[in-house]
Amino acid sequence: MFDFLDSGQYDLLGAFWVTAKLALYSAIGSLIWGTALAAMRVSPVPLMRGFGTTYVNLVRNTPLTVVIVACSFGLDQTLNITLGADRSEDIGFRLAILGLIAYTGTFVCEALRSGINTVPPGQAEAARALGLNFIQVLTLVVLPQAFRAAVTPLANVLIALTKNTTVAAAIGAAEAAVLMKEMIENEADALFAVFAVFAFGFIVLTLPTGLFLGWAAKRLAVKR
Amino acid sequence: MSSVLYDTPGPRARRRNVLFTIVFLAVLALVAWWVLAALNDKNQLAADKWSPFVTDSRVWTTYLLPGLTETLKAAALSILIALPLGALLGIGRLSDHRWVRVPVGAVVEFFRAIPVLLLMMFAAALYREFTTVSSDFRPLYAVVTGLVLYNASVIAEVVKAGVLSLPRGQGDAAEALGMRKGQTMTYILLPQAVTVMLPALVSQLVVIVKDTALGGALLGYAELLSQNRQITANYGANTIATFTVIALIYIIINAIVTHLAGRLERRLRRGRKSAAVAIPAQGGPTDVKSDAVSGA
Repeated sequence: MFDFLDSGQYDLLGAFWVTAKLALYSAIGSLIWGTALAAMRVSPVPLMRGFGTTYVNLVRNTPLTVVIVACSFGLDQTLNITLGADRSEDIGFRLAILGLIAYTGTFVCEALRSGINTVPPGQAEAARALGLNFIQVLTLVVLPQAFRAAVTPLANVLIALTKNTTVAAAIGAAEAAVLMKEMIENEADALFAVFAVFAFGFIVLTLPTGLFLGWAAKRLAVKR
Repeated sequence: MSSVLYDTPGPRARRRNVLFTIVFLAVLALVAWWVLAALNDKNQLAADKWSPFVTDSRVWTTYLLPGLTETLKAAALSILIALPLGALLGIGRLSDHRWVRVPVGAVVEFFRAIPVLLLMMFAAALYREFTTVSSDFRPLYAVVTGLVLYNASVIAEVVKAGVLSLPRGQGDAAEALGMRKGQTMTYILLPQAVTVMLPALVSQLVVIVKDTALGGALLGYAELLSQNRQITANYGANTIATFTVIALIYIIINAIVTHLAGRLERRLRRGRKSAAVAIPAQGGPTDVKSDAVSGA
């Protein structure tokens, strides 16, 4: 039943490696972009707050598929922005990362903001009463608590991101969903086996992340 | 205003804020200028690329509105099937019987761990191989099947969390009155849990609307996003304009859904004083209990 795995015709590990790379690069990028957005959304400058809020509300309500397909049709094919790649596969890969960062950054921003919101204002007030200055209040009291509370939502974002990398199939990045489509067409009689293999692959990718970060979140949780 | 992060600004902080505002405005203007220059360079800002969406009603009647209808059709079918299925699975996960609880839990966890796109592609192949569904309807069937499997499992988690969030006394009191387990669930627990679950359920609706776009991009389902090819082919390669309009339609729909949900929730809350606190929306990762930030 699983003999298509031995035929050597399909590069299963290669496809999942591309999926993992997509997830890793997008995770790093969206962590940076999401932190910047969160910093804007909680900043004392109204214009920055307005920009952050508008961006998050607009992008979060747009389907990821639209974002990624727009990256391909709009950036690559209309404006000829290819992020320095030549082969169409590489272009798809890089633009998919760009789209994933733009989209996932909004969720990272909301996760961080929810972490900051769990810190009771009394913590900062007490720190100020002790005479700590702004930087000290932030780095010694507020942010350590906020990051601990943000671990669980961030873990959920990471798992969702890993699953969302499949959308990159829409613009031809050679990841797992593309290979699955090809295998479904060629190995129609082994349909269930093909699906089982890919389902297993994604469970392997997401389950350890979930378990580890769940454990970490429990250990890091602030006892109140 | 004062928050956990900073105090009410004094004269120095106000001056600094003004400075930040000016710098940020300059950066924004620079980015906007760069984007507009790039668009202008490829002639994407020309009026005739944008005007069809205002002047030519055929863009709407031939492409956008039929596409929107298909999107809403798939989303409505998915939520209508996923809601009862998800409620059943959620109640199953709370069952006192191990042989119900464990298999249902496994099914729910399985379908939550798999990308909804893979479910859709698998469903499409299933319908092609094993059923006589005509190829016109196969994409719709595949999209709805994928969305139902995924979202029913997510809703199951929401229902479970909603029922568990009620005070224990509710179930105990029902038992003391001599109610059976089924009666306790249908008359006591579920009606109260609905109010608690509503925000999460509605954000799931937003996720469903967004995920229908997958069918358009990869399964050949003629929904809103897939209309971009025909529009750009017929109205002079106005890619940027078309994607802007399509994205705006999605944003407006999702904003309307979110707004209606907020109103409904306030009304329900006023009507019934529930002792439970609302569980946070599952559509966004702000939620602590689930990983339902799906998709696309």
